[in-house]
Amino acid sequence: MTFNLAILTDNWRDLLDGMVLTVLIWAGGTVMGLAIGLMVAVVQLLTNRWIAAPLNVYVAVMRGTPFLIQLFIIYYGGPFFGLDLTPMVAGVAGLALYGGAYFSEIFRAGFVSVPPGQIEAARMMGISRLAIVRHVQLPQMLVIILPALANMTVLLSKETAVLSVITVNELTSVVQSIGSTTFAFAETLLFLALVYWAFLEIVTAAARRLEKRVGRFMLRTQN
Amino acid sequence: MAEEKTPNSRPIIDVRGVWKRFGSAEVLKGIDLQIKKSEVTCIIGPSGSGKSTLLRCIAFLEEYSEGEIYIEGELLGFSLENGGRRRVSDAEVDRVRRNVGFVFQQFNLWPHMSALENVAMPLKLSRGMPREEAARRARAMLEKVGLGHRTQAYPSQLSGGQQQRVGIARALAMEPHIMLFDEPTSALDPELVGEVLQVMRDLASEGMTMAVVTHEMGFAAQVADTVMFIDHGIIAASGSPNEVFRENQNSRLRQFLQNYFERNVFWQGSEGAAAP
Ligand SMILES: Nc1ncnc2c1ncn2[C@@H]1O[C@H](COP(=O)(O)OP(=O)(O)OP(=O)(O)O)[C@@H](O)[C@H]1O
Ligand SMILES: [Mg+2]
Repeated sequence: MTFNLAILTDNWRDLLDGMVLTVLIWAGGTVMGLAIGLMVAVVQLLTNRWIAAPLNVYVAVMRGTPFLIQLFIIYYGGPFFGLDLTPMVAGVAGLALYGGAYFSEIFRAGFVSVPPGQIEAARMMGISRLAIVRHVQLPQMLVIILPALANMTVLLSKETAVLSVITVNELTSVVQSIGSTTFAFAETLLFLALVYWAFLEIVTAAARRLEKRVGRFMLRTQN
Repeated sequence: MAEEKTPNSRPIIDVRGVWKRFGSAEVLKGIDLQIKKSEVTCIIGPSGSGKSTLLRCIAFLEEYSEGEIYIEGELLGFSLENGGRRRVSDAEVDRVRRNVGFVFQQFNLWPHMSALENVAMPLKLSRGMPREEAARRARAMLEKVGLGHRTQAYPSQLSGGQQQRVGIARALAMEPHIMLFDEPTSALDPELVGEVLQVMRDLASEGMTMAVVTHEMGFAAQVADTVMFIDHGIIAASGSPNEVFRENQNSRLRQFLQNYFERNVFWQGSEGAAAP
């Protein structure tokens, strides 16, 4: 058996479809996850512990259980609670909820990183807590948490592969089926690895550019 | 400036029987004080005596445990109802202390904003002032503190003295009726202290009502109408600079002043000269 790249070109349609679907799931899950994470962290920051308590439980459960199990529960368990989701919707929602828990922890650490005195100064000027989050805390902490956010985003790209277990035809499941019919595992798995690696490089490069933009005020410190 | 309708009008700040506890530690133990319009009150005392805590209670950065604080006649932070007191909303706290400005020892500027933005942002966010007008007012305030030429600088590009003057401009832009200063020069290199004190002197002579926690006895002696000596959470001495610095015989006060003079002596001559 030789290394035969024709396997990839022969199946380029399926592979492309799988890749597009993976990117969609990933982007959807990440964007929604970031929104959930930010909202959870802000609510935890600004409300009392009775409102924050259920959110703490949510974060603990999502971080403490395998993503695979969570997906099973949402997709196969959903109908018992009147939630009849398509595999795709269940998958993206699952990824968003899973990512949201981790993102919320990153945001929470970010909020703490801004010195309390700056928040007191803003409160003395009559600025609301929410406006302080938006104008004082987020712009400063973003520089600090960007690497962690990017890291989590990359991790989520790999978790999209788990969606194959609820019959979503994303890239990993396409590659598996090509591999199992052609036995060209080396070629297909190499391709898969290259694609996820490309995701990593893209996110890292984007994060670095963003870091420079939001961190402009810090660069000036050096003169 | 003068808009006094009633002579002897109510004090701007009225602190009545205020206690502050952190857990079991009693930091303020029954503080009573009044600050009237255009008065400068300097608060002195040993480290850990409760000076910052008192000032922070007056700004409601700290919830006082007992007693009452009135700002221009309005109870700060609480509403009294059938014998007890209830914490009011943040928005209500903001409303009552809207005329109180605070200057911090550590400046607490927002490092991601230029000097101009530091002053203009609160005007936009909490006064709803249009961008242009906020920028104009901010520029005027920075000019007032001698920083008209550094409006675009970020805090990290400014000296400590300049940063503190931005802090003062930021508070002044909100047109406060009273300014609270918590050791505004203690974080500064000695040669930068003067420029900040000068801005404060100018403010005082314009008639600004001020409460200043300070270790600058020279400033207190020259500018204060009232000097208060706080020790272990109580006001142990209070009066004109002359009364407190020269006449009052409270032993803790005398010890405190003695320590201060010994620390600041720089020439062992017959006169035993002290720094300002
Ligand atoms: N948040 C807090 N929690 C617990 N204890 C506190 C807190 N803030 C202040 N204290 C205690 O209250 C006492 C008074 O503190 P405060 O900062 O008011 O002193 P100070 O007179 O301003 O001193 P300094 O001259 O050093 O600034 C200190 O013993 C301090 O440890
Ligand atoms: Mg202090």
